[in-house]
Amino acid sequence: MKIKSTLAVLSAAVALGVGANAHAGATLDAVKNNGFVQCGISDGLPGFSYADAKGQYKGIDVDICRAVAAALFGDASKVKYSPLTAKERFTALQSGEVDMLSRNTTWTSSRDAAMGLNFTGVTYYDGQGFLVNKELGVKSAKELDGATVCIQAGTTTELNLSDYFRANGMNYTPITYDTSDESAKSLESGRCDVLTSDQSQLYAQRIKLANPEQYIVLPEVISKEPLGPAVRQGDEEWFDIVRWTLFAMLNAEELGINSSNVEEMAKTTKNPDVARLLGAEGEYGKDLNLPKDWAVQIIKQVGNYGEVFARNVGADSDLKIERGLNALWKDGGLQYAPPVR
Amino acid sequence: MTAHTFKPDLPAPTTSIGALGWIRANLLSSWFNAALTLLGLYLLWLIVPPLLQWAIFQADWTGTTRQDCTREGACWVFIQSRFAQFMYGFYPPELRWRVDLAAVLAIAGAAPLFIKAMPHKVRYGIGYLLVYPLVAYWLLHGGFLGLETVPSTRWGGLMLTIVIAAVGIAGALPLGIMLALGRRSDMPAIRVICVTFIEFWRGVPLITVLFMSSVMLPLFLPVEMNLDKLLRAMVMVVFFEAAYVAEVVRGGLQAIPKGQYEAAAAMGLGYWRSMVLVILPQALKLVIPGLVNTFIALFKDTSLVIIIGLFDFLNSIKRATTDPAWLGMSTEGYVFAALVYWIFCFGMSRYSMHLERKLDTGHKH
Repeated sequence: MKIKSTLAVLSAAVALGVGANAHAGATLDAVKNNGFVQCGISDGLPGFSYADAKGQYKGIDVDICRAVAAALFGDASKVKYSPLTAKERFTALQSGEVDMLSRNTTWTSSRDAAMGLNFTGVTYYDGQGFLVNKELGVKSAKELDGATVCIQAGTTTELNLSDYFRANGMNYTPITYDTSDESAKSLESGRCDVLTSDQSQLYAQRIKLANPEQYIVLPEVISKEPLGPAVRQGDEEWFDIVRWTLFAMLNAEELGINSSNVEEMAKTTKNPDVARLLGAEGEYGKDLNLPKDWAVQIIKQVGNYGEVFARNVGADSDLKIERGLNALWKDGGLQYAPPVR
Repeated sequence: MTAHTFKPDLPAPTTSIGALGWIRANLLSSWFNAALTLLGLYLLWLIVPPLLQWAIFQADWTGTTRQDCTREGACWVFIQSRFAQFMYGFYPPELRWRVDLAAVLAIAGAAPLFIKAMPHKVRYGIGYLLVYPLVAYWLLHGGFLGLETVPSTRWGGLMLTIVIAAVGIAGALPLGIMLALGRRSDMPAIRVICVTFIEFWRGVPLITVLFMSSVMLPLFLPVEMNLDKLLRAMVMVVFFEAAYVAEVVRGGLQAIPKGQYEAAAAMGLGYWRSMVLVILPQALKLVIPGLVNTFIALFKDTSLVIIIGLFDFLNSIKRATTDPAWLGMSTEGYVFAALVYWIFCFGMSRYSMHLERKLDTGHKH
């Protein structure tokens, strides 16, 4: 216990030390000098960051990296990726190995405050959910009393699950697995009635089953897992760029701008909101240390938020995740971006 | 007078020769053995036919996408479509000839060492060991003499596994021999250093060593100093394996009778010459099984680099299974990985047995 706390103090001190080293604007200057963004992504998560057959990285997290590069350099391909495991991701950011972390990382108070990093926004509102066989006839998680539940070991999933069942006065039998493949097989063979994991992953799990149509994701979400990109603390200019890259994508969707009409809109628009976002009016790019057409480049090369979502995890992908919480605020979701003005 | 001729021997009874005899002697010699044989056959019957069904008869072999996998068994299309990635990782496709050339040179360069009549074998071998790593570095990494740089972040697949294992073996063997000699040295300072080194590296698991190298080390280095991740991992593997090799070699050194040391000294040989000419050749020959054992373990241990985000052979397969287009193909992937690892490890083990027979001088200690 003592050793553990000493280690914690040590690593916190190191993290702070490194944080203090980086003076304001250092990352932006370094990135501009290098001519590319060094982006930390996951070592493989369906829909978020994965490699296709040609060895190209794809996914929502990857598209955020590309969008930042498009805003900065006008070229979405100026990114170098560092696949990071869950354990090394924060060190890689703190030590300067990567400029930004776009790696399905849950925004929590301790990470935000104590780890020497800042979250710039929420790219995906995730939460723990349930996947069940339709034959079970269950429509809501509240009907799961007495169920056998498959869980993946070593995550907060187990704690959330136990809290939820206790709060609702229900009993359950947990079966813990080490990998997602095992738990999917177990659900299929009927060893457990329900499988629990983050919702974004449940859809990926469902594809692994022999008969995906036979299974549904229940509507209840029992935990908050807002996933977003993070940057090092104490570098506000860089923080703003990463933050407003996501906001530009959200604003674009809200204003009906997409990758095919963006250039047309930039020239012909009468809408002042659109004109300000696309740089036709005002100097909003300059305030962010970005070129005038920063948002045009993001939308043209990467797309607005809706396009990115649909392409990677939504209707146009294999995962077919519904927008749900990730719909725009106008459509009943949580995605909301401050205006450009 | 007629010479007496013996009648030819009667053939042995059919129940004690040929296949039948072998079965009787080996499988059914007692009621207990017969029961074990039946149990073994039953287990084979349970395991082998379904496995063959899955892996061969019911498997899909051709196609390009997941939709082409319509049958019950394995979907080898997955392996086929990602084969290049499993072999080379993200090495640029137009430059993969460099990896192939490095592999061909490694084999072609080592081939003369296996020709019995070849003169100056030792000198050639040492020259090869000194020159080839430079050539391999030039071909794989490039960046000078007209070859484009391919940073190690783009290396991956089986190629990376072999690079780590080869560097590990080539680095750990000489370092391990030096450590073993150092541990038996008469000079206290050297002995203490070697013992400390060996006991430290043997006392920590490889996974924590790799973890430290990737998670803690960068925090202590200045921000500008970004040591290559692969380099960090390879240094750690070499140190770690050297400690094991040292202990194996020390076992060999202890098995050499004292008379050999004294005989070498009586010939007027100094420390190094008596070691290199008399002691080590005998000691190393004795410990071939132990060394190869260590190297086989090392080859398989390379897959631990998975935890520091390097995409070796196994991790490349794991990464491919996270592509939404191929979700749920992990069984095929891992079976393929097991097969490839087995081929390499079995190859190494057969070679070591061959080496033992070749170097056997009939001495029994």
